[in-house]
Amino acid sequence: MDLLVVLQAGVGTGTVLLFATLGEILAERSGVMNLGVEGMMLIGAMSGYSVAIKTGNPWLGVIVAMIAAGLLSQIHAFIAITLHADQVVSGLALTFLGIGISLVLGDGLSKAGTVALLPTLSIPLLSQIPILGKIFFTDQSVLVYLGYLFIPIAWYFINYTRPGLHLRAVGEYPAAADALGINVFRMRYLYVFIGGLLAGLAGVTISLAIAPGWFSEMTTSGQGWIAVGLVIFAQWDPLRAALGSYTFGALRRLILDIQGPMTLFGFDNPFYYNPYWGFFLQMLPYAFTIVVLVIGSRDAMRKRLGAPAALGVPYIRGERGK
Amino acid sequence: MSESAPVPVPKRRRFFPYRLRLEPRLKEPPAWYPVVLSVGAIVVALVIGGLVIAVAGGNPFASYAHIAQASFGSIGVLSDTLVKATPILMTSLACSIAFRMKLWNIGAEGQFIMGAFGASAVVLVPLFPPETSAWVVLPTMMLAGILAGALWGLIPGLLKAKLNVNEIISTLMMNYIAVSWINYWIFAVWTEGGFQMSPVFPKNAWLPRLLDYADAVPFFRGLTTHAGLLMGILVAILLWLVIYRSRWGYEIRLIGDNPRAAEYAGINITRNTVLVMILSGALAGLGGMSEVAGTVHRLQTSPIAAGYGFTGIIVAWLSKLNPLVAILVSVLFGALLLAGREIQPSGIPKMIQGIILVCLIGSDFLMRYRLHIERIAEEA
Repeated sequence: MDLLVVLQAGVGTGTVLLFATLGEILAERSGVMNLGVEGMMLIGAMSGYSVAIKTGNPWLGVIVAMIAAGLLSQIHAFIAITLHADQVVSGLALTFLGIGISLVLGDGLSKAGTVALLPTLSIPLLSQIPILGKIFFTDQSVLVYLGYLFIPIAWYFINYTRPGLHLRAVGEYPAAADALGINVFRMRYLYVFIGGLLAGLAGVTISLAIAPGWFSEMTTSGQGWIAVGLVIFAQWDPLRAALGSYTFGALRRLILDIQGPMTLFGFDNPFYYNPYWGFFLQMLPYAFTIVVLVIGSRDAMRKRLGAPAALGVPYIRGERGK
Repeated sequence: MSESAPVPVPKRRRFFPYRLRLEPRLKEPPAWYPVVLSVGAIVVALVIGGLVIAVAGGNPFASYAHIAQASFGSIGVLSDTLVKATPILMTSLACSIAFRMKLWNIGAEGQFIMGAFGASAVVLVPLFPPETSAWVVLPTMMLAGILAGALWGLIPGLLKAKLNVNEIISTLMMNYIAVSWINYWIFAVWTEGGFQMSPVFPKNAWLPRLLDYADAVPFFRGLTTHAGLLMGILVAILLWLVIYRSRWGYEIRLIGDNPRAAEYAGINITRNTVLVMILSGALAGLGGMSEVAGTVHRLQTSPIAAGYGFTGIIVAWLSKLNPLVAILVSVLFGALLLAGREIQPSGIPKMIQGIILVCLIGSDFLMRYRLHIERIAEEA
């Protein structure tokens, strides 16, 4: 087991979480909590894979995946923003809906044959950097590089641009934003939609690049929920989200690879000789998510950071103090 | 007359010259209203589900007719429907009590699985010699299931109460951990000849079923409805009493409706968070026990981790968190799951559940607001 290879593959795996987490950060920054990430990712993974098989064009698959998940997110947007319903239950409903629809429409897809995947490439010069070049810039899927671009863009957008300022205003104090002439409802619909697009991208990153194929619910295996957890760890900051996503990606990869070799650092590999210990390894990402939540909650208390003030609260014009 | 006068500025034409106006309801709607609303939501959901089935190349009428036939068509399948309804009832009760406090326990699935594990452990360790009476074995299994489920609820409860850790995600993560946990025991320790299941339990670990009394009552021949259903109904009644007729239930409802008022009233929210999570986990755990001892009769992942915990969430919501209503709604969803095993594609029951929940939440809105559709006057 080559640690460099594990980290290299981990960056790819982490890209899935990165897209989903960034999307959820944008939605939550606008004040809408969308717990339907898992469902949207499955819709993305299913529709992207399906389109890529039918047309032979993976790029078309990516576009359709994003749009499909984006459209699904609008159901939540309508229920949460216009109908003022409880966002927790609505998000859960969206998850069930996404899982259900993708199971029905994706029926038989797992045996549908091979599919053209998204290309991988190495960046000249950058890939020559010792260690880092190998991990980050060699033989990665194009989507991984797209992920590198999204991190600084999202960070700069939220913190230093005018629309980013409006986004934060809508999430922190929608009544004030409304008074300034910002259309709170339109902004929230928009960012929930962007969150959906990115969740769809995360899903299709799995099915057409990182772990190609359609394995019904096992395609995402809870990564959408891990992404929701990472948002709290990230304290709604894209840079911390990137850190969390890639760490989790590497962890997932390590769990897969650690059971392969007979010896580990010169010792007998216990995971090779006790294959059933693999079940305990499988628990790690989920247990680690809980740990990361604890860290996030503690940081929030210590640094007086925290969720956008209006997160989960529907904005109703004319109601006092919202 | 303004109509006859020429309009100097071009009219702003609207594509859709109507507007929805919302008025908050000031009075409580009449008692029949929520029922009509919920039924309406289900009908809408079934129509939407039918459309998706048609898009996917199926015949929605055939699918629905099949669901009705395969779940209520004869006394035999009705009994099977009740068997399916039993675990759903228990998990929905678990969700009801937690949701009542606005504590989002999404982990009934994991607590149910752990309950099944705890109950199975009593049999598989084994804790008792083979000749022990069922009157000893079954209560011990119940206790073990309740404890294991309660533990699985206690962990996220403590994290929420002490460290303010989001319970939605922590309970969900506990679900995945529970699946891996029982997988380990099934594969590594209690496997039957290398298969992915434990050996079948001895008869003293089976909950009594109707067919066990077929000698006395011939009508019961072949009916697999088991004592778990009775347990579920009993628990539902008890839970209703706790929520609506006890002081503690009042505290829980007050915290759910208005946590600040509850705090000012001197109610200990931290303590109640932990207690409610323990109770919620215990109920789901009891459901897991009833499922292994009543239906599956062995520890096996696929029939136990079958999503009952998630269906319970929908049932809890549909029954407006009322344990007595949950009994009826569980039967409906039991029917859906039972029939769903046979219709293709296999995801249809899951999808319909999702659509039902979406429509329900949408319809809740009509509980709080009145809709007015009004024509917008053409603006000059």
